[in-house]
Amino acid sequence: MIEKKSLICVTCPMGCRLDVSLDGGSVVAVEGEGCKRGLAYAQDEIKDPRRVLTTTVTIFDGIHPLLPVHTTAAVPMARIPELVAALRKVSVTAPVRVGDVVAADVLDSGIDVLASRDIQRR
Amino acid sequence: MAVIGGGPGGLAAAVAARERGAERVLVIERAEELGGILQQCIHNGFGLEALGRDLPGPAYAQHFVNRAHETGVQTLLDTMVLEITPQRRIYATNSRQGVIELCAGAVVFGMGCRERTRGALAIPGTRPAGVFTAGTAQRLVNIEGYMPGRRFVILGSGDIGMIMARRLTLEGARVERVLEIMPYLSGLKRNWVQCLQDFHIPLQLSRTVLEIRGTQRVEAVVSVAVDDRMLPIAGTEETIPCDTLLLSVGLIPENELSRRVGIALDPLTAGPIVDEGMGTSVPGFYAAGNVVHVYDLVDWVTLAGEVAGRSAADYIAGRVRPAVHRLRTCAGENVRYVVPQWLDPESLALGAQQLQLRVRRPVEEKVKVVVTADGVEIAHKTERYVRPGEMVTVKLAPELCESLRSAQELQVSVLKP
Ligand SMILES: Cc1cc2nc3c(=O)[nH]c(=O)nc-3n(C[C@H](O)[C@H](O)[C@H](O)COP(=O)(O)OP(=O)(O)OC[C@H]3O[C@@H](n4cnc5c(N)ncnc54)[C@H](O)[C@@H]3O)c2cc1C
Ligand code: SF4
Repeated sequence: MIEKKSLICVTCPMGCRLDVSLDGGSVVAVEGEGCKRGLAYAQDEIKDPRRVLTTTVTIFDGIHPLLPVHTTAAVPMARIPELVAALRKVSVTAPVRVGDVVAADVLDSGIDVLASRDIQRR
Repeated sequence: MAVIGGGPGGLAAAVAARERGAERVLVIERAEELGGILQQCIHNGFGLEALGRDLPGPAYAQHFVNRAHETGVQTLLDTMVLEITPQRRIYATNSRQGVIELCAGAVVFGMGCRERTRGALAIPGTRPAGVFTAGTAQRLVNIEGYMPGRRFVILGSGDIGMIMARRLTLEGARVERVLEIMPYLSGLKRNWVQCLQDFHIPLQLSRTVLEIRGTQRVEAVVSVAVDDRMLPIAGTEETIPCDTLLLSVGLIPENELSRRVGIALDPLTAGPIVDEGMGTSVPGFYAAGNVVHVYDLVDWVTLAGEVAGRSAADYIAGRVRPAVHRLRTCAGENVRYVVPQWLDPESLALGAQQLQLRVRRPVEEKVKVVVTADGVEIAHKTERYVRPGEMVTVKLAPELCESLRSAQELQVSVLKP
């Protein structure tokens, strides 16, 4: 039996409404995607929801006490609390450039955590 | 050329003006660094339209800060602009120089927007500590590293509030509720999914805060359901224990300076009335970004800022020909406002133009966006849905130039087919 489900794609701010048809829990059709990344999102969202994580880590000697960071790709949603806890223990020292690797291969996923901006020394 | 404000709007204008040949472009910014409000918006989702990349807010800002340095834009940081005269004399102040006076050939406003707090003033009850705007909390948590509370209620379903609900939860706080007085979400749908649903934070529509309880610190808020005239319904009160109330009740363009110059403001947008080149009602003054109207995406701020910067550079170089005839744009069925408010039909001879609008009410089915000139349809497009939190754009093709020369008024409506 075909089951219908409506999702909001969160991959980009367009926030397309995806009308998904499921057969036995598998995606058989998607409608409404503004681009092809919406198809991948629908597949993942049904089986293994993933999100990009953005947070901050401590930075020493910088013009601000915190450095904003982001993952290079979406990570499994269920493991986000674990990743946040791990990043709480990470600290760096200024200066830092946007794109510098702050933590490599987190959760053994091949995904890195990068600096989201430059921070100069104080 | 002087640009007031070094956020994405002002920076885009400054860079575009340099690229258009303006010799001396100065950005005056009251903060200690460039980048504007995006420095505290650490989440991603910026840049897909303007740069073809998905970046966090600070990285997006960094891109334009670097561009400004590369193109030779000059900056004056930690400096607050106090007053500007219609003759474009600028009075500003900083701790190093005291009050300074500058004279500009053209001025671009890029002061951004501020958060609405008015809703809060109407909430009865005590005035304990622990009431913040969502943006203030965002600054505290993301830049200063300080948690403003442990147990939150958020009033308003604006994007900053929802984004903070997620951020605070990740930082170990509890977000009890997001309350929205309207019967629909005011921010982006995607934020409802990834910031509230992902973390099982309840969103309650058609409810507001009736009272704040607590003496020193917030101890609880009392929420209440509202009817379709927004009046509280007796008997629906709920007391929610919490230590902090965040307000995310909308943004409003920051136009104290523009108002004092005597620039005409649109009561619907709270920003200057602009033409297709982002020129305001006073010659030589242009507006870039959220100072014009609150854009849903910073990418549109950048693109609009570039238009303003190019126009200002043309003005300084004497390349601006005064418009002979201008059409007024106005809001029709289910449209709250349309920007730009003025359109010179001759501008279409140089390329397509865009009208941007926001709807009043969400429609979760196919709608037709129709543009009429003096009552006659000239353009339309179909949208699969429209939401007040998401802007709608319609293009006017260059071919319309001829037929619009004799028209007076353009009206945009959003209709169910
Ligand atoms: C708290 C908050 C959070 C937001 N979050 C998002 C988001 O997540 N995503 C999104 O797309 N948009 C967000 N926005 C909207 C955001 O304003 C725009 O996307 C973008 O930053 C607009 O750029 P701007 O250059 O117009 O304004 P801003 O970035 O606000 O820049 C304006 C600049 O002008 C300076 N300024 C103002 N007055 C003066 C003066 N008198 N003298 C000197 N300098 C002055 C300010 O210091 C500031 O740096 C948010 C807005 C706020 C208020
Ligand atoms: S389907 Fe494509 S355009 Fe639509 S929200 Fe997803 S990524 Fe964005």
